[in-house]
Amino acid sequence: MPTTFRIKRFNPESESPQPYFQEYELETEQSDTVLDALIKIRESVDDSLTLRCSCRGAICGSCGMRINGHAALACKTKVVSLESPDGTVQVEPMNNMPVIKDLVTDMDGFWDKIRQVQPWLQPAGPKPEAEYIASPESMNHLTGVMGCIMCGACVSDCAALEVDHQFIGPAALAKAYRFVADPRDGASPSRLLALNTPGGMWDCTRCMECIEVCPKEVGAMDRIMDLRAKGIDQGMPSTCGSRHAEVFADLIEHKGRLDEPLLAMRTFGLKNIGQMLSFLPMTLRALVRGKLPRSGPLHRAIPGIDRIRRLFRHTRNLP
Amino acid sequence: MTTAYTFDILVLGAGLAGMRAALAAHEGGAKVAILTKVHPVRSHSNAAQGGINAALTDRGDTWEDHAFDTVKGSDFLGDQDAIEILAEEAGQDILALEHMGVIFNRNDEGRLGTRRFGGQKRARTFFVSDFTGQAILHVLYEQILKANLPVFEEWFATSVVRDNDGRCAGVVAFEIRSGQFAFVKAKAVIIAAGGLGRVFEPSTNAMICTGDGMAIAYRAGAPLMDMEMVQYHPTTLKGKGLLITEAARGEGAYLINGDGERFMEQYAPNMMELASRDVVSRAEQIEINEGRGINGCVLLDCRNLGKRLIQERLGQIFEEAKTFANIDLTEEPIPIRPGMHYNMGGIKTDVDGRCWDIQGKWEGVTGLFAAGETACLSLHGGNRLGANSLLDTVVFGRRAGACAAAYAQSVEEPRVSDSVSDKGQKMVQEFLKRKANTDTVAAIRLDLGTTMNKHLGVFRDLEGMEAAQAHLPALRDRWSRVAIQDKGQVFNTSLVQGLELSMMLDCAETIVLGALTRTESRGAHFRTDYIQRDDESWLKHILVYHNSKGLPRMDYLPVRITQWEPQVRVY
Repeated sequence: MPTTFRIKRFNPESESPQPYFQEYELETEQSDTVLDALIKIRESVDDSLTLRCSCRGAICGSCGMRINGHAALACKTKVVSLESPDGTVQVEPMNNMPVIKDLVTDMDGFWDKIRQVQPWLQPAGPKPEAEYIASPESMNHLTGVMGCIMCGACVSDCAALEVDHQFIGPAALAKAYRFVADPRDGASPSRLLALNTPGGMWDCTRCMECIEVCPKEVGAMDRIMDLRAKGIDQGMPSTCGSRHAEVFADLIEHKGRLDEPLLAMRTFGLKNIGQMLSFLPMTLRALVRGKLPRSGPLHRAIPGIDRIRRLFRHTRNLP
Repeated sequence: MTTAYTFDILVLGAGLAGMRAALAAHEGGAKVAILTKVHPVRSHSNAAQGGINAALTDRGDTWEDHAFDTVKGSDFLGDQDAIEILAEEAGQDILALEHMGVIFNRNDEGRLGTRRFGGQKRARTFFVSDFTGQAILHVLYEQILKANLPVFEEWFATSVVRDNDGRCAGVVAFEIRSGQFAFVKAKAVIIAAGGLGRVFEPSTNAMICTGDGMAIAYRAGAPLMDMEMVQYHPTTLKGKGLLITEAARGEGAYLINGDGERFMEQYAPNMMELASRDVVSRAEQIEINEGRGINGCVLLDCRNLGKRLIQERLGQIFEEAKTFANIDLTEEPIPIRPGMHYNMGGIKTDVDGRCWDIQGKWEGVTGLFAAGETACLSLHGGNRLGANSLLDTVVFGRRAGACAAAYAQSVEEPRVSDSVSDKGQKMVQEFLKRKANTDTVAAIRLDLGTTMNKHLGVFRDLEGMEAAQAHLPALRDRWSRVAIQDKGQVFNTSLVQGLELSMMLDCAETIVLGALTRTESRGAHFRTDYIQRDDESWLKHILVYHNSKGLPRMDYLPVRITQWEPQVRVY
């Protein structure tokens, strides 16, 4: 079956280094992965096409790249599984990191952020003589997070990182969670405190891309939400992020719907005049486009609010 | 070329053995750095699935039992003093890994759980689901970050440098990202650069497993030992040859042939599917050769294990079967066949990683150490037991690092002239200048791999091995003329693969030579023209020395026996 591969190339040593797309037509077999196809191109057409790859079995994490617009491991993506309107397969380097050459990205920044979370076990007391005792459930749960192979797919497609380069990102936060949730680790409070800062765990916008693209089902965004919950449980000093979560729940419990102006006022505080003023342009734009709900005392609870409140009470009483 | 960096110890490779060695050397007070051709977490230790062995005395196990199983697994070619150390120190190293943060599986009491593995009478394999290697690799990298050790990431070493006295003085390497060469000076070099799987095609091994560490040590004068001993794993997927862990059989999966029979009854009535790997692979190959297979495969049947167990303990191979074979292994058996997996041989070392002979002299290069799959103690002899390779890396990685730290404190800086003449750099320049012809590095590599797989596989004979030996000079000749299209300096992976191919050709030469020389069948080395094990003549190791002017020189070392005399090997 002939397939057209449209590959983004970049050669930093060319006279005018600019990224461009190059197309290759290739016969592929039913079993071929995108990595198989790229290797065939390298071996039979153009060995200057550059990529990282090694294990071919989705465990080394080398071949992260964007395939038809989404980050994936080339070795785990079957060519036949890809659908695109014009039948071509588009391959680009990962996003949110600089490109070194063709599909090879510079992951130094990725690792700098991993380092920020002090990614090593910091036990509380002295080492036991034998192993640490830990429940099989806790270890099974952590095994899922430890399945992360650091391929960078989640970071590549993170919508928050695209606009906020300071954001520590999903991979580092999942790594942090791996220690926070480890019963052997004694540094959870300080780890959470370190993430309770600008660029930390509250900066995720919950777009779910990291969950979508993860080849190992680590579920980074869910782990970020777990971190936030643990932060609030540990009486995290009030931050906009934690207040936002609490006010959000409070509004739903009392009115049954989101009251965005009130959410902003209570999250940031009415006396935070600078912040309130900074919302003004956005508020006006929203008003003009009819996107601002009526608010304040006039904004009544929805019909059937009792049922919502019962849900809250029920959830609170869960073990 | 001037000296760009100076350390006490340079570790080549950042898999389990390399990182464990670096940490031990650091704890020993040495100034240590790691140089690796891929980022540490991309290393092939990742691919180890099933687990890591240790006999913990508080579980009623004994290290002697573990050692005996290993000796028997090796078909009595393993050196028993080294095997005793492996088994005796295993417990402390497993606990050290656990204390570092490895998320080992727990039993109901919250203590470390075990599973069964092949060739062993007891369940003594500790594990993290079915990605034990990855789980340990990432934790060791965490420890490297904690210790803040310098890592030369994506650097390719082209040669080991010796000083005016013949001592190891460091390595010459280039940074893949820039193409810039540098001499990294070190009093000791620990080579922990992994195996040579890609010399065979197909292989379970990652594309980076090209025998570089062995080849550069060999070229520098260190002998390679037991190179004829090549392990074919019993359960690999057809096609690319990806690994399906032995843990599947350890947890209770069956092997069946095309007639639906559990054929291992005929070959290993006691241990069945959990006999040693060489035994199971031969049995499968006989079934396939005699027409009881299905399309060149037999079947691994996991259906009796249940979905829950598969999800918790075999999740990776479940995904693998789904992605690469389009099979739900909870519903259907998977077609599998023996495939090249591991080399028992490597750079000859003593029990502290030194490239020493049994008289306690630096047989190879003074100051050169090795650990892991690159090295050969010999622990695994004719056949390695599953889950002993991870153990090998941490026990002997640690010992090599500690010994190298002590060595570095006891010697002066190596004396090298400011500009180290380097064949590697000249070779690269020459390689890049070559004019294109119709040949490619990939074509030569494929030819090498299929030749080795055909003639040096599960069954070997004189005719086939001589054909392989006769073919190698032709492949070398093609290598000396082949050109690549990419002429750039920056991230030239075609250049790297070209250099790797020359390393693979050196490794292949030693494998074929060893296999032709050993006129018996032992462990993974089975010759249809010499079907018996011959303890009279062959209770010894074959060592191969590089000779740039002709055929390699060979030497022999007797097997060291401490408490277990060779006996008939039945499973």
